[in-house]
Amino acid sequence: MRWRANTVIGGALTALALGTALTAAFWTPFDPLRVNLRARLQPPSSLYWLGTDEFGRDVLSRVMAGAGTSVVVALSTVALAISIGVVVGGVAGYLRGWTDRIIMAVNDALLAFPGILLALAMMIVLGANKSGLVLALGLAYIPSVARVVRGTVLSIREKEYIEASRVIGNSELYSMVRHVLPNAVAPVAVLATSMFGWVLLAESALSFLGLGVPPPAPTWGNMLAASRPYMETAAWLSIAPGLCIALTLLGINLLGDSLRDRLDPRMAHG
Amino acid sequence: MLGYLARRLAMTIPTLLLVAVAVFTLVRLIPGDPVQVMLGDNVDAAQAAQLRAQLGLDEAIPLQFLHWLGKLATGDLGHSITNNLAVLPLILERFQVSAVIVLVAVAAATCIAVPAGLIAAWKQNSALDLAVVSSAALLLSIPSFWLGLLLLLLFGLKLKWLPVIGYVPFSENFWQAAVFMLLPIVTLTVLEIGVLTRMARAASIEVLRLEYVTHARAKGVPEWLVLGRHVLPNAFAPTWTLIGLVLGHLLGGIAVIETVFTLPGLGRLLVDSIFARDYPVVQGCLLFTAVIYVVVNLIVDLCYPLFDPRVAVA
Repeated sequence: MRWRANTVIGGALTALALGTALTAAFWTPFDPLRVNLRARLQPPSSLYWLGTDEFGRDVLSRVMAGAGTSVVVALSTVALAISIGVVVGGVAGYLRGWTDRIIMAVNDALLAFPGILLALAMMIVLGANKSGLVLALGLAYIPSVARVVRGTVLSIREKEYIEASRVIGNSELYSMVRHVLPNAVAPVAVLATSMFGWVLLAESALSFLGLGVPPPAPTWGNMLAASRPYMETAAWLSIAPGLCIALTLLGINLLGDSLRDRLDPRMAHG
Repeated sequence: MLGYLARRLAMTIPTLLLVAVAVFTLVRLIPGDPVQVMLGDNVDAAQAAQLRAQLGLDEAIPLQFLHWLGKLATGDLGHSITNNLAVLPLILERFQVSAVIVLVAVAAATCIAVPAGLIAAWKQNSALDLAVVSSAALLLSIPSFWLGLLLLLLFGLKLKWLPVIGYVPFSENFWQAAVFMLLPIVTLTVLEIGVLTRMARAASIEVLRLEYVTHARAKGVPEWLVLGRHVLPNAFAPTWTLIGLVLGHLLGGIAVIETVFTLPGLGRLLVDSIFARDYPVVQGCLLFTAVIYVVVNLIVDLCYPLFDPRVAVA
């Protein structure tokens, strides 16, 4: 019963975020970057639904464009982290022995940094821009993926069907790609969903600190940062972007929960 | 027990070494000549050479690393470029602020989350459980900096109960310091309740299904004693591990909260140093935070047998 509510609410909120991001690519009510000094700091009205900011830019248009930026950054980051993490974790788990030990030692050392700190550190090297952000966050989350994949591969490779594949003369690589990896898809899918949420949050936090996507391109994080001096006079500037982050995260988290409940029956209805 | 302690302690040495390598490499990966960046465009060669020697950048990379490690061992993290202060005392001073916020918040969150999770698990699938689970999911989805801004907006600007910006050290005036720390601590407490409640609830559900709980009930142990004596201690162990991760996670993300509340903590020091290109301080902050994270998780693991004696035997 509960997972159904989770799936419906989570799916709806996630679809809303993705739909907004997609729409913003083609259409926003106003140009999110157009400065209009005569319409500075307008409260929400029938013309500007969510008001305007300190440069007279339409907040609704900026929030929509921000959804686009966040979704693109989060999707690319997750794709990057998953594709490299699966290879690293798969190799470690399948080869075992010294390869595994060395890979996991480096991996665990990287896990010794909280993800956001690692990303923050890498932003210094890569510079505050969108591709730097994707690379930094992607690299920061590879160790978590590698750890999950390695664990899964270690347990799958002991299964009888892998033994059978080997006995009938399939090569190690073939067994790995054909039989081990497809069975590791479920845990990776669950991880990817949660990771989408972490990355979205980390991207907002870095942009909030001024170390993510630089202005004038709108993101929810840098809009919140820019709203701080106007909190007392223009509270709507602080509310809309934060609400967007929270609702999107809520959607992703609920969707992730329902996915996990479905794939891990032990936790179902729990 | 001693074997467990020794094994766990030995495991941290390679980790710390790799952390050092990672921080060292990262700072060397920064594009451009650090000396050039630090001194600006119009520098004379002598000045540049002096700074290069001072930073040890005129040596071969492996040699640089060994020297740096040697200095680390004596607690020498170098000097700040911007104000020439020693890095370690600077970090320690700022860390006090961050540590107070994080530790108080995690302690408060644990005190609320563990009973909440336990009761939700005990009344699983009731309206109360649904309320706890939904609130936890909601709390998990609120970004810390947004909640911080909203609390500032409400209690600072609208109600004017609490100061909006500023900071007083605890050593100067305890009560005033506490007033400035209140909102950041509340913000983090509220958010961490979400994560910890979920964990406490899931762990309690697992324990409630075990036979010894049924047995305790069957022999007539009162329900509050079943929960307090048999379920809580066993369900606390997984939550305890999560607390270590939460502490590290908070320390990593503390810069955001310190920015919202304009507090001079470690996170703010790191971000300010990044903007000022003060690499010795950046390097020091990264290393310090990673070491604290490793040490916190070490302490958590070492205390684990206290909550779950089976670990020490294994």
